Amino acid sequence: MNLAQIAQYGLSGITNGSIYAIVAIGFNIVYNTTGIINFAQGEFVIVGAMTAISLSHVVPLPIAIFLAVLVAILLGGIVEVVFIRRARDASVLRLIVITMGISILIREGMLHLWDEKVRSLPYFTGTEVSTLTVLGAHISPQVLWVLGVSAATVAALTLFFRFTRTGRAMRACADDRMAARLCGINDRWMVTLSFMLSAGIGALAGCVISPVTQTQYDMGPSLAIKGFTVAILGGLGNSMAAVAAGLLMGLLEAFALSQLDGAYKEAVSIVVLLLILVLRPSGLFARREISLLRAA
Amino acid sequence: MMRLRRYVPVVAGAAVVVALQVVLGATDATYYMTQITMSAYYALVVIGLCLLMGYAGQVSLGHAGFFAIGGYTSAVLTTCNLLAYSDTPLVAWCRSLGLVVARQDLYGASTLSIAPWAAFVVALVAAGLIALLIGMPVIRLKGHYLAMATLGFGLIVYRIVLGAPVFGQADGISNVPPFELACGLEVNGRAPFRVENYYIAWAAVMAAMILAINLVHSRVGRALRSIHQSEEAAHSLGVNTYRYKLSTFIVSAVFAAAGGVLLTHYNGSIGPSEATVMKSIRYVAIVAVGGMGNLWGVLLMGVLLNFLSLRGVFGTYDDAVFGAILIAMMILAPQGLLKMPEFRALSSRFSGRPHG
Repeated sequence: MNLAQIAQYGLSGITNGSIYAIVAIGFNIVYNTTGIINFAQGEFVIVGAMTAISLSHVVPLPIAIFLAVLVAILLGGIVEVVFIRRARDASVLRLIVITMGISILIREGMLHLWDEKVRSLPYFTGTEVSTLTVLGAHISPQVLWVLGVSAATVAALTLFFRFTRTGRAMRACADDRMAARLCGINDRWMVTLSFMLSAGIGALAGCVISPVTQTQYDMGPSLAIKGFTVAILGGLGNSMAAVAAGLLMGLLEAFALSQLDGAYKEAVSIVVLLLILVLRPSGLFARREISLLRAA
Repeated sequence: MMRLRRYVPVVAGAAVVVALQVVLGATDATYYMTQITMSAYYALVVIGLCLLMGYAGQVSLGHAGFFAIGGYTSAVLTTCNLLAYSDTPLVAWCRSLGLVVARQDLYGASTLSIAPWAAFVVALVAAGLIALLIGMPVIRLKGHYLAMATLGFGLIVYRIVLGAPVFGQADGISNVPPFELACGLEVNGRAPFRVENYYIAWAAVMAAMILAINLVHSRVGRALRSIHQSEEAAHSLGVNTYRYKLSTFIVSAVFAAAGGVLLTHYNGSIGPSEATVMKSIRYVAIVAVGGMGNLWGVLLMGVLLNFLSLRGVFGTYDDAVFGAILIAMMILAPQGLLKMPEFRALSSRFSGRPHG
């Protein structure tokens, strides 16, 4: 493998990896405030992309994407208020089953609202044939959009959680919900907000990746399983580690695909998932003692 | 006396099965029996899953994988052609034991393949072994981690049957021969065998129910319930929680594989759609509606919902219906439909024990 090939696979891995990272951050935001793994996270990504594709025929692209993100945020809010809030004292088993059901309903809703055709958003700049050359590798300008938007999203989230009042309140809820409530934080609203936020960033990720990977109504679960793998790799709840884990996962997948049959693309991430669950369920970056405690 | 009382529902169930056949025969609606038979085989999966979810309290989002392992193993073994090897001592020896049988395929060419009963045994053992290997690491996980790990297992099985040429890729395997049982009975989906197969399927279901009921009322069942209520408490009382959970996982996988083998021989084919995650979720939904730890409720709902789905009652909303069922049950009636106040009286009469 020469340098150009390495750069080619590497860039493709980083592109996919940054999307996995965004999905994983979506998982983490909800997990931190509620302790729930939202199996419908992948569907939020696809809802965003599908809505933007339909709107882009009517309004300019930036407005279409903005509206699509708003739609996803609204959907995230509705999901929390209608379903999750009613099952507040439910066991983990019940919550898993509920979010699983929500994911099916959203997916089937999309199938009936749109259809099973593969669609995609237009390229943000240039067309599908325009390329840039980086280190001898040919890439589409859309790759730069994906990387830029992902980086901007992570930066914005960091600033939001660190410096705004609402962001700090959400972190307080994640830390200790009862204590946060005693301090006068509306914890119920924070849970709703966390669903809206994770749906919103998921939808944004869905829009920027759509020109590259295209979009179909049933792509949610495979994205969700990759996002979850990344979230576990980084340690559930740790958003910064999710970025590193996402890039790692993307690179691993890209280089594995250079050696393997394309039919087994999905299998790479699932094998990683099973390995990490069995060997280090608290993530690559967690201390060994914590791993042992969690696994016991 | 108590021991016999637990079989009262089995006798009642058998009576219902016979009554149903009489009614369907009298109203000239025997064609419904085909779907009822198929539903009965799917019910084997949910009976096993009920033991795992309702009694051991562990979730599995990969049971369609075990169903597919059973079905595909049997399909591959009974459709392979060993004619080229017929002179080798091993094949000749297997033939003298009845492990390998000669038959004619669809086009009249003679083939030599593994006997269905041998394939059945191999399929169950394979499913049990895979469940053991997967279960050993995975069953230690809790909650979300276990759900995701079993989901991952199901996805891998799906990818393998979809990608591997030996499993027919997207086409699956067809022309699976009928499964000859003793006394001229055979698992065969063709119309002349309809009534016979209706009873074969229900005999299999009742056998599975008797096994499950005995398991639940045994020392193992008590240990499992204690794990479900409080794993720490059970552990501190000396229950080997890991071993009980693992063996229940294996038992439920074998139940699912048995359903897979029988349905594959009944349909004469199996395809990758049997291994999808949606199928696994469907089984979980049925166990949830039936009331997790209520074997008879789960059996009833399993047969009813699969029957409606196979008849196409839900149309294009088939998957959506199961998704909606999941959410509604978990939010409104986590104890299952039969445990809702309206159904309580009925349910306690049905299962023959009072509810506390």
